Amino acid sequence: MSQRPIRFIHRGEIVSVQGLAPTTSVLSWLREHRHFTGTKEGCNEGDCGACAVVVGELDAQGALQLQPVNACIQFLPTLDGKALLTVEDLQGTHPAQQAMVACHGSQCGFCTPGFVMTLAALHQRRTADGSGAPSRADLADELSGNLCRCTGYRPILEAGERMFDHAAPAIDTAPIIGQLQVLRDDPPLEIPCFHTPRSLDELAALRMDHRDALLLAGGTDIGLWVNKQLRDLGEVIYLGEVADLKRIGTADGWLEIGAGASLADAWDALARHWPMLREMGRRFASPPVRNAGTMGGNVANGSPIGDSAPVLMALGARIVLRRGAETREMPLDDFYTGYMRNRLEPGEFVQALRMPLPDAPARPAQVRAYKLSKRFDCDISGLAAAMWLQLDGPTVHEVSLAFGGMASTVRRATQAEAQVRGQPWTEATVRAAMAALDAEFQPLTDLRASASYRQRAARNLLYRFWLETRPDAPLAASAVSVWPMGATA
Amino acid sequence: MTARPEGTGVGGSASPSAASTVGRTAAGTARRPVVGSDAPHESAHLHVSGTATYVDDLPELQGTLHAALGLSPVAHGRLLAIDLALLRSQPGVVAVITGADISGANDCGPIVHDDPILACERVGEDGHCSGTLRHVGQPVFAVVATTRDAARRAAALAPKALRFDTLPAVLTALEGHARRQYVVPPMHLARGDAHAALAQAPHRWQGTWSLGGQEQFYLEGQISLAIPQEDGGMLLHCSTQHPSEMQQVVAHALHRDANQVQVVCRRMGGGFGGKESQSALFACVAAVAAARLGRPVKLRPDRDDDMLITGRRHGFEFRWDVGHDDQGRILGVEVDLIANAGHSADLSPPVMTRALCHFDNTYWLPDVDLHGYCARTNTQSNTAFRGFGGPQGAFAAEVILDGIARRLGLDPLAVRRANFYGTESNNLTPYGQTVEDNVIGALVDQLVERSGYSARRAEVAAFNATSPVLRRGIALMPLKFGISFNVGHFNQAGALVHIYTDGTLLVNHGGTEMGQGLNTKVAQVVAHELGIKLGRVRVTATDTQKVANTSATAASTGTDLNGKAAQDAARQLRERLAAFAAAHHGGSASEVVFANDQVAVNGEHIAFEELVMQAYLARVQLWSDGFYATPGLHWDREHLKGKPFYYFAYGAAVAEVVVDTLTGEHRLLRADVLHDVGQSINPALDIGQIEGAFIQGMGWLTMEELWWQPDDGSRNAGKLMTHAPSTYKIPTANDCPAQFDVRLFDNRNVADAIHRSKAVGEPPMLLPFAVFLAIRDAVSSAGGHRIDPPLRAPATPEAVLDALDAVRSADA
Repeated sequence: MSQRPIRFIHRGEIVSVQGLAPTTSVLSWLREHRHFTGTKEGCNEGDCGACAVVVGELDAQGALQLQPVNACIQFLPTLDGKALLTVEDLQGTHPAQQAMVACHGSQCGFCTPGFVMTLAALHQRRTADGSGAPSRADLADELSGNLCRCTGYRPILEAGERMFDHAAPAIDTAPIIGQLQVLRDDPPLEIPCFHTPRSLDELAALRMDHRDALLLAGGTDIGLWVNKQLRDLGEVIYLGEVADLKRIGTADGWLEIGAGASLADAWDALARHWPMLREMGRRFASPPVRNAGTMGGNVANGSPIGDSAPVLMALGARIVLRRGAETREMPLDDFYTGYMRNRLEPGEFVQALRMPLPDAPARPAQVRAYKLSKRFDCDISGLAAAMWLQLDGPTVHEVSLAFGGMASTVRRATQAEAQVRGQPWTEATVRAAMAALDAEFQPLTDLRASASYRQRAARNLLYRFWLETRPDAPLAASAVSVWPMGATA
Repeated sequence: MTARPEGTGVGGSASPSAASTVGRTAAGTARRPVVGSDAPHESAHLHVSGTATYVDDLPELQGTLHAALGLSPVAHGRLLAIDLALLRSQPGVVAVITGADISGANDCGPIVHDDPILACERVGEDGHCSGTLRHVGQPVFAVVATTRDAARRAAALAPKALRFDTLPAVLTALEGHARRQYVVPPMHLARGDAHAALAQAPHRWQGTWSLGGQEQFYLEGQISLAIPQEDGGMLLHCSTQHPSEMQQVVAHALHRDANQVQVVCRRMGGGFGGKESQSALFACVAAVAAARLGRPVKLRPDRDDDMLITGRRHGFEFRWDVGHDDQGRILGVEVDLIANAGHSADLSPPVMTRALCHFDNTYWLPDVDLHGYCARTNTQSNTAFRGFGGPQGAFAAEVILDGIARRLGLDPLAVRRANFYGTESNNLTPYGQTVEDNVIGALVDQLVERSGYSARRAEVAAFNATSPVLRRGIALMPLKFGISFNVGHFNQAGALVHIYTDGTLLVNHGGTEMGQGLNTKVAQVVAHELGIKLGRVRVTATDTQKVANTSATAASTGTDLNGKAAQDAARQLRERLAAFAAAHHGGSASEVVFANDQVAVNGEHIAFEELVMQAYLARVQLWSDGFYATPGLHWDREHLKGKPFYYFAYGAAVAEVVVDTLTGEHRLLRADVLHDVGQSINPALDIGQIEGAFIQGMGWLTMEELWWQPDDGSRNAGKLMTHAPSTYKIPTANDCPAQFDVRLFDNRNVADAIHRSKAVGEPPMLLPFAVFLAIRDAVSSAGGHRIDPPLRAPATPEAVLDALDAVRSADA
């Protein structure tokens, strides 16, 4: 393959970039190389949203999707074939900008361009599909990746509502779509140390040839390795162009989520089948991180405090691994072997996650996912729990209790499960299981929570699960959770 | 959700200018007055379009170099050697700067000279060096390189490049206090005989409480850009609340005169106190490197480094002994206030003074004995943060009053009201200032009425009686906050107003713009004085070459001081123009009226710019300086007595929360606020300050936990582990309550403050105590309100569950 420049749309034109390190961030390209300083650096780790920009790409139907992402942890080559919109594109006249001024939505102004871009993407999406102004709660969710330290958010939320007074899309997308169609004909990007396969087979072959290469998907974690630990990544295989890896579908009673599907799409799919998981998805990181990051990445990364794994384990997920032409699969429970270690062989990668769909209503299963953190939004769990239960009359037929933040890996509480399985689902049973949790987890004390809190809260979450699922007078979510979703469920 | 001014003092007619004798401003005529209007922030259109310029946005001059700081990897140690060769050999590195490169003073302490710029103080040829390592993250050396990335990579080698002996570290205020290790001697504020009052009180009990610190988390991190100038000059673009102090410390570090150093700040991306003194280290390093290399040097630490290097709001520990009567009136109280000062004094002494002077909050305390200790620890040096100790001091009293209410089985609001300052009697503060503007009773009555406090209190009780897992709580928090710097001489300001011949104005003053809208308010004041539309007035970057010897923009005094100074300058111009108009057009100067962009003189209406041109041609000086010094302040620093405050601001908030008794999670359901800003100059900006402070303070008290790794011998021993937004969580949009009703109290400042307004930056920081107190209320309900909950702040889920478990076990 011959080398070619990275090509994407910026300021209305297709730009070509060559000769930069592949780990150059979109933010530093904008600010340092192009001197567009409207986009700000607040944290350099994707947590504050001051660098939010909008990335546009065509979906399978050829429609333009505009999504906010954090420019600080987005590597420039990942923009190849896409459109980059920044605050400079809006020219001060976009409804989001006008509403922010009218509502006194800026004070120091440093976070403002990021808010404006998040709002502009939202405005475009909801005016284009006709859904119009979101609820205040949905708006707050959309803004949860943007931090403001001055206003207390009320005027920004008000601006987010008021911008829909302008009910038509405000960004002229026709030229962007035209240019994106031109870029579609570009050959795959191939630059030193940065491979961009477009099919699963290409990926599998590349992976066999470059066994030490780093697999890069959304970069929401790897971006920090570069920005904070100043690591050199060496050889990188970028997964973002492998369309097959992003597929989400159901077949034969299973939901399959491709490892490259974005967290946003993956959580949407999970919540469609298990509505009680919606809150967990909503609290997973923030929209820009969910737009960029992937569920496969979250699982493969294997952090003991990742929020996907407990949920997937509770659902009985199997992980599909691919090596060369061969695939194998195993229960996700068996995948982790220790702190940040797993069963991937050299040359192997995660291809998909498969979950058995809910059974027929004859024996309905109950599922809940709980997350405990210092902040509702975009916080790493001190403790996460996902619980799945199938009752046979008053008796527990099958159960699955998975915990994150309690051990060196996410794992199931097998001793507690054993106390429950085949037993009547009573307070005595759940208390026995709560006691068993103490024996099977010896969590750490760290900045997120003490060992003591983790243990007490794990027990209490199991108790909460029982309150919500007991055969007699189960409590509604609104009676056991302070969060609005619980309150309205 | 609503946010609107309430009452006639806001958005109505502006106050008449009492001192005006020559030339009048006709307010309240056809056009809406400028003062009192909801003018948008002067930079709002720039903010939203990304064209507001911050220091890092300035185009870099050719040859600009980038610095990064090498940080101490240990909490306490003796520096032995530095591997300069290793650092210098890194790609792109131009120089390594240590204390040996500082030709002047290696110190940036604002009060006490105990704050080395770089810990590596002297270096021999062999790399042996001296210096003490005082906390994890202390800057030891600086690397200067051709790119910021190269500088960061080399500086990150600090653990490898430094050789040191490790010493035992002191990480907490209580540990420092136990060792009697302080950054300044203890302070005492006493009135009457607290010991006798305690001995005689019908009820007496003791308690302790722990209140965490808070990171400013300005969105724009610290940054300085130093550019060498001719003849030994140095220009600094610095994100700072205190350009004059930056000028001084840089001059000292460079061993140059003040007139050789120029500091400019157009705006900050947030300050909150964090750029009052602590911008100095970055300014000094950039300037020292630029001076040595003769090239521009920019220093912009990464967020993690910023948080590891700089200090923040002081965490406090409190211990008290309180005596009260059956109604809950405090008769005598003795309190130890123990602050974690960090490794150096920085601004800890005045922070503690303000804490001591705000323990009384809105309460008459007849006999009181307060002891303030600033404990020295091996952590970042704590500094100014919105409220400057005031919130911490006031909060202690609130927790004590809550405890009294629980012990007496009374509603905490009733106990608070029983202790309110009087208006005619019982109105002397422990530091000897008479409270002359007390409106707390009326303000609280209004808020109780508007918020439906009493009915909601009953609803909360009814909810709790039947709710198996969730508990609700409600609380009202009243506040009083003293306005002025406790250090008398800071209460002065200067301004310059230029009128150009086209009738446009340029204003410059000593205050800095960090988002609070100071420039907007000052422009409103100037436009008002000359009866012109706001669009004629442009406010410019703070610059030590324009107004000299400025005070920090701090203590909420920005508008009070600089507004008055600008008013003085504008008024002089108006008087000059009026005299000229009368001389030129007839009539008397005192009858000339400036209004609606016109000047009425002797029956004629002349466009403002026309009069300006006439005056120019007649050789009238069209620019003026202005000056202001707050009158009537005096302060005895030794005995902590006097009149430190020009006036007080008041406010109150009601908050209602729901708490999960299984996990300790909580959510704020509703907040109602009534706040006193006197006659508002700009209600929209004032509401913005109040709402912003509320959410910021709520973050402090509920989620913003600072966590240091214990001195456990591990790799991270003594390190602040919550050093980035991934680990240190400030509120998001979802934390803003669905019902958030913030209104302004109808009032007029009895003191002659600018347009009878009141300062608004810091006082509302106390409002969100209502959230914490409501959580306490909910936790207390788990024990039938029989147990006073031992709830520490921040009220993280863990802190709340700990308190719940304590209440449940005590009640069992």
